[in-house]
Amino acid sequence: MEKTLNWREYIITRLIKASGYSAIIFVLLIFFFLLREGVPALAEVPLSALFSVRWYPIEGDNFGILPLLTGSLIVTLGAAIIAIPFGIGTAVYISEIAPRWMREILKPLVELLGGLPSVVLGFLGILVLAPFLRRFLDLPTGLTAFTGSLLLGGIAVPTVVSVAEDALDAVPRAYREGAWALGATRWQTIWRVTLPAARSGVLTAVMLGIGRAIGETMTVMMVTGNAPVLALSLSSLFSPVRTMTATIAAEMGEVSNGSTHYHVLFFIGMVLFLISLGVNIAASSVVFRAKKRAERILS
Amino acid sequence: MKKRFALLVLLFIFTASCSSSASTNSSSPQATAYIQNKGSDTIVNLALAWAEKYQDENPGVRISVTGGGSGTGIAALLNGTVDIANASRQISADEIKLAQSKGIQPTEFVIARDAIAVIVNPENPIAQLTLQQVSDIYSGKIKNWSELGGEDRPIVRLSRETNSGTHVYFLENVIRLGDKKNKTLFSMNTLLLPSSEGIIAELRDNPNAIGYDGLGYVPTDGTVKVIALAKDANSPYILPSIETVNDKSYPVARDLYMYTSGEPKGAVKDYLDWILNSTEAQVVVGKLGFVPIK
Repeated sequence: MEKTLNWREYIITRLIKASGYSAIIFVLLIFFFLLREGVPALAEVPLSALFSVRWYPIEGDNFGILPLLTGSLIVTLGAAIIAIPFGIGTAVYISEIAPRWMREILKPLVELLGGLPSVVLGFLGILVLAPFLRRFLDLPTGLTAFTGSLLLGGIAVPTVVSVAEDALDAVPRAYREGAWALGATRWQTIWRVTLPAARSGVLTAVMLGIGRAIGETMTVMMVTGNAPVLALSLSSLFSPVRTMTATIAAEMGEVSNGSTHYHVLFFIGMVLFLISLGVNIAASSVVFRAKKRAERILS
Repeated sequence: MKKRFALLVLLFIFTASCSSSASTNSSSPQATAYIQNKGSDTIVNLALAWAEKYQDENPGVRISVTGGGSGTGIAALLNGTVDIANASRQISADEIKLAQSKGIQPTEFVIARDAIAVIVNPENPIAQLTLQQVSDIYSGKIKNWSELGGEDRPIVRLSRETNSGTHVYFLENVIRLGDKKNKTLFSMNTLLLPSSEGIIAELRDNPNAIGYDGLGYVPTDGTVKVIALAKDANSPYILPSIETVNDKSYPVARDLYMYTSGEPKGAVKDYLDWILNSTEAQVVVGKLGFVPIK
């Protein structure tokens, strides 16, 4: 009897261990696949062409990825500016301020919003938001980076809210009671006690939200106009841009396996991967540092 | 309106995802032949209509039709995943070279004709343009409608994505005016939209915009305005229609193709024979806004 139990235990621990390692293995495999398919682009296209400003992949060496890179960055930046305050604000409201019945309505609603397919938001964008923005802001066209940012912000908000709300919820009640006992107002408690205590979770929420925004494809492809123009100034926010994700989605179906264009598309995928890796490393190093300081104070 | 919205939904999903598939499987259990048909988004509605009609008459045959663009269709033919590739442009020299390296001899069939219509918002007072003017608009030389005698509005250029056969055709025959040495490209701030419906939706709303699309996709209900084109300043301005395409007076018309690898055999051959020779197949062509080959 004891033997079978040991044996079963052995299998179960191994299975759990394997699934833990598999996540690492999958990421490594994906990265190696991207490297294998993307690195040849560096040999096939001169670096000066790869980092030029003209993207017209079906002819000549027009493989300039700078417009795509700046396009993705400006749309994501816009989305972050919208999603971070809105998301954290909503999370604070749900977890700290809203009465219980309100919380019970709001939380599932936000999660429902998170489950909305991005293609549906894209439709809203193309049929309602883009025409409205064109008239309201008097733009040449409503298919702009800003339209994409607004929708991506909307897509990122539920992610930010649900993760940040969980983090705020996990802050022990004693912290707040302590602050109130010292005479802090509600706002002071939220801003000086609860939010800093939940800092790592809130930061994770922000990073996940940004990750969701930069990786989003369908919506941006439908509403940003996809014109590969270098986006460097604020005015670029109100003109069409082409993002890396939309480029890969729109063009991957067409390329023949192993062509230069194919390798360049994978190279773009690699750049995208490195960006989200960078964001994650930056986030976790901040969280790590914060934790070390907290430990120092406690010891 | 509801129907158009649904079509818009469908087209976006079809053209934007590579797994797009609009199969028209007949419910007959004893299918004897399967034909995979993929390629040009310009032809996809026509190919679907043909496939439906043909399957009604031949319950043993199942035809699956997918869009994605001419390049996608030809790439699939060369990879051996489809039997018939639809293309709105002729196969390129590079693609033939690639085919030969894989031991495939693509066979070409002209299945219908199509005209590309240049379209604007109905509020736009411009009604006619020369090809040179359209070329200058798309290459970025002309930036404002007032330069053409229109209102003082910036020009917003709309185009299909680079994987569309319509895009390549327009580049070669309108922007470069058929001159092979001409290396003019689309202006960088041309909006590349992933579907025909996306272009129509933006044109319907935006008086600054100019776009182009296959005549078969241009709505005839007056929500967009078709521009009359002239080869040069001395030629007459002609509106695209079945008559003007067939008598070759409209300057931007083209043949539509199907490609098979090698000479078609069996069910594929029967299907192509039906498309090319039966009157009912060519009647479908006319109904969808294309021009029958005879």
